[in-house]
Amino acid sequence: MNNLLANVDWYEIWLASFETLMMLGGSLLFTVVLGLPLGVLLFLTGPKQMFDQKALYSVLSLITNILRSLPFIILLIVMIPFTVMITGTSLGVAGAIPPLVVGATPFFARLVETALREVDRGIIEATQAMGATTKQIIISALLPEARPGILAATTVTAITLVSYTAMAGVVGAGGLGDLAIRFGYQRFQTDVMVVTVVLLLVLVQLLQMVGDRLVVHYSRK
Amino acid sequence: MIEFFQVNKAYQLGKKSITALHTTDLQIPTGQIYGLIGHSGAGKSTLMRLINRLEEPSAGRIEVDGLDITQLDASGLRSFRRKVGMIFQHFNLLTSRSVADNVALPLRLAGELSKSEINKKVSDLLARVGLENHAKKYPAQLSGGEKQRVGIARALATDPSILLCDEATSALDPQTTGQVLELLAEINRDLGLTLVLITHEMDVVRRICDQVAVMDGGVIVEQGQVADVFLHPQHPTTKRFVYEAEQVNEDEQVQNLAEVEGRILRLTFQGQATYEPLLARVAYQTAIEFSIISGRIDRIQNAPYGQLTVAFKGEKLEEAMQMLAAAEVHLDVVRYEEGHHE
Repeated sequence: MNNLLANVDWYEIWLASFETLMMLGGSLLFTVVLGLPLGVLLFLTGPKQMFDQKALYSVLSLITNILRSLPFIILLIVMIPFTVMITGTSLGVAGAIPPLVVGATPFFARLVETALREVDRGIIEATQAMGATTKQIIISALLPEARPGILAATTVTAITLVSYTAMAGVVGAGGLGDLAIRFGYQRFQTDVMVVTVVLLLVLVQLLQMVGDRLVVHYSRK
Repeated sequence: MIEFFQVNKAYQLGKKSITALHTTDLQIPTGQIYGLIGHSGAGKSTLMRLINRLEEPSAGRIEVDGLDITQLDASGLRSFRRKVGMIFQHFNLLTSRSVADNVALPLRLAGELSKSEINKKVSDLLARVGLENHAKKYPAQLSGGEKQRVGIARALATDPSILLCDEATSALDPQTTGQVLELLAEINRDLGLTLVLITHEMDVVRRICDQVAVMDGGVIVEQGQVADVFLHPQHPTTKRFVYEAEQVNEDEQVQNLAEVEGRILRLTFQGQATYEPLLARVAYQTAIEFSIISGRIDRIQNAPYGQLTVAFKGEKLEEAMQMLAAAEVHLDVVRYEEGHHE
């Protein structure tokens, strides 16, 4: 066993796993905090919705599309000056979170917009007929009704973020991806590569499982 | 009283303007069950949604109990809407909330009652619609009829004075439809609510409405007391709805009539006259012969009525008609006998 995994430094692995989880947790938190309102705004200002604002919707839509079409590896590099401005460093976990958030937020916002569009219009109409304010409609009807869809969107986003964290390793972010590249790829330590890949796989599986459970739990249809 | 003064609604679809409701005057008296019947696209849904301003009128004025609702600002409109309950064809319940939470929602949004007051009210409302044992269930666990009952309880939560029913029974089977209509009639009776009811089934109108307006192409083509409109329809659209409800096949009827001789009359009996042996008496006294071609005896709301198409033959036809008219039977001549001269 030890011979098979001769190059694996378990302390390094543990450290890298911890960094990956930190990057994932931090960036997912900010992505949801920023992406959820953006998704709601995209939905509300969309065509034939409650606040149909063609100009605003077009601008928001364009920005999200541009950010989404930018390959993440390019975004990582383009973002470096901004990242330094915000966190003081472009390295480590702190240096990885801003590009991860910028990369994932437009993606998540679009998924939220789609989830909100799935809500039956009749439910919005019924809530309006009760004399609800727009804020009440969003908080009491739209978001709870779209909750399974938003949870599914969060799961997909989290998994996308796992693969983004691996890429962030290229620019010195640390984490399992970094380990895989530095040891597994550049030093031909196949055993390190295998271990990191297995760990990433387990992480993705876990995220998907938890996400699916939550979606089922909150689906009343 | 709900009053429409010269109300009109047009949509802008690209560069085209589509009129959903042509200029309309309308009065719906307080405490009535007012039916709006029409095919889809006839404008009935638009008309109903103007009452709680889910649709904004393009022109005209709408007053509810003397209050011009077209002038209300956003917060005025919200408090007005709490006085207008609404139920829907597809129930529109929140799937993420339990039955009790759905009923509580309008009260929570209004924010005027404490939690314990809301709970008390919700259990009263669920008892009224017969769902006291389903409070903790989710809408997906209920049948269609039960879902509509939840919808009704929810609509009544804020003690409205008007209840708008948008095809409330169209998604339900006939038996459940009957139960829901009974519940609505009971609510109208007990709480004195004004009900405005959209439907495409004349049978729904016949069973619970006091008055009815028939709509076609964004225009009210006929309106009045249900018995009058139902028994003596004037407009072609109305006739079609009535025949549909009575399952009369017009072509078949014309064929049937061609095969009988004599004068053909449509007799309409209402109230007590429905159960009198009038035809036999008239035939005996005037020695006319009659044969019944088609007929129906039923109820409008709770009043019995009968409508028979009868062929008469004999010398004393005019006398027979006078006797029938004297017994308050409404007569329409469908066809005169051969050789008749006015």
